[in-house]
Amino acid sequence: MADLKESPSQTAGPYVHIGCVPTFAGLEGMYGGKDLGDTMITGNPAGERITLTLKVIDSAGDPMTDAMIEAWQPGPDGGFGTTEGFSNWGRQPTHADTGEAVFETLMPGASAGQAPHIFLWIVARGINVGLQTRVYFPGNDNSADPVFTLAGDRAGTLVAEKTDGGYSHTIYLQGDKETVFFDV
Amino acid sequence: MTKLIAARDLDWHPPPLAPDYRSSRTRSPIHQRLHYEPTLTEMTGPTFGHNMLGELDGDLILNYARPGEAAIGPRIIVHGKLLDEDGRPVPGKLIEVWQANAGGRYRHKKDGYTAPLDPNFGGCGRCISGEDGSYSFRTIQPGPYPWPNGGNDWRPAHIHFSVFGDGFAQRLITQMYFEGDPHIALCPIVQSIPSDKAIDTLVARLDMEKTIPMDIRAYRFDIVLRGRSQTLFENKMEGL
Repeated sequence: MADLKESPSQTAGPYVHIGCVPTFAGLEGMYGGKDLGDTMITGNPAGERITLTLKVIDSAGDPMTDAMIEAWQPGPDGGFGTTEGFSNWGRQPTHADTGEAVFETLMPGASAGQAPHIFLWIVARGINVGLQTRVYFPGNDNSADPVFTLAGDRAGTLVAEKTDGGYSHTIYLQGDKETVFFDV
Repeated sequence: MTKLIAARDLDWHPPPLAPDYRSSRTRSPIHQRLHYEPTLTEMTGPTFGHNMLGELDGDLILNYARPGEAAIGPRIIVHGKLLDEDGRPVPGKLIEVWQANAGGRYRHKKDGYTAPLDPNFGGCGRCISGEDGSYSFRTIQPGPYPWPNGGNDWRPAHIHFSVFGDGFAQRLITQMYFEGDPHIALCPIVQSIPSDKAIDTLVARLDMEKTIPMDIRAYRFDIVLRGRSQTLFENKMEGL
């Protein structure tokens, strides 16, 4: 067996949108004019439809408008690849004006001893290795979830907020409210 | 297929805060990352089929060009294998690339560098690794360019790579550099990687074997994802 090392990570830089969401970046017509991952609900799946609005805040308190966020989550049944008309994966750019990345998705179910959650991977200029974190939902008992409990007294930084339009969640890179990030 | 994933060697990668790379100062978490073993969530990941690819997706020379025209710059093939840390090929995985044009300018509204846009060059491409892990793009060699980092900073010529694995924990973004580029040693982003040995794995080599005479030069760049081992979930034989 060869003994190789993982290719070292490098920042996605300020122009990650060109490579991953080229239509959003203004490259009209690229890849048929549709960005991969922009739609998670591809059919008419069963389950609760939710809008999850994410923001990423830097140490100066400013929303990051050049980031890209990918979501990977169980379906309503807690499984992966088991819900017809639903992609468990999606990705969205943070928008230049609002800093928001908006995911139209389904409420995840509990999977294999874990509370309902959405795994997030965040890349941008200034981020040297993609940030790994999770979103949990208010109103659930997350106390038996091994990843949630690992976060200890900072676990609250992983819980989304219920809003009129769905759920919102702010990811803080530094400061008193710094979000828990994982090495997984 | 569900597979265990080897832990990431964080000391091999750049630290979150690399002060000479100015943007990392405001965008690096202060707390340590909390380690856990991948769960079902991180051992699984999205899959993409060859049928989603357009004919020119992997050809940056032509995929944004007007009919009968082509991007300007030194024509190159970038190819290699997608492997895991055990040296096994990782087949069927999406690889996305993006880059500046031959003058060092990105097709992006925030890039105000003096070098002109090339009307026939968009700057992105994608492909899916083959059964033996191989992948290939055609493109033009990007140019170095200056960037705002507080001094006289120029990026070495580079191509950004976004790579998927079997499990979402293997998700990786990195950059490929070119053999012999003097800017590699000067660049705070490259030098955020702790060791020269690790940096060297991101430097593509000129590959005369794959260079097509009187047509296009080739560069070889292998990409390595975190190692995997079979689990009890599914006992498929290697290669099936």
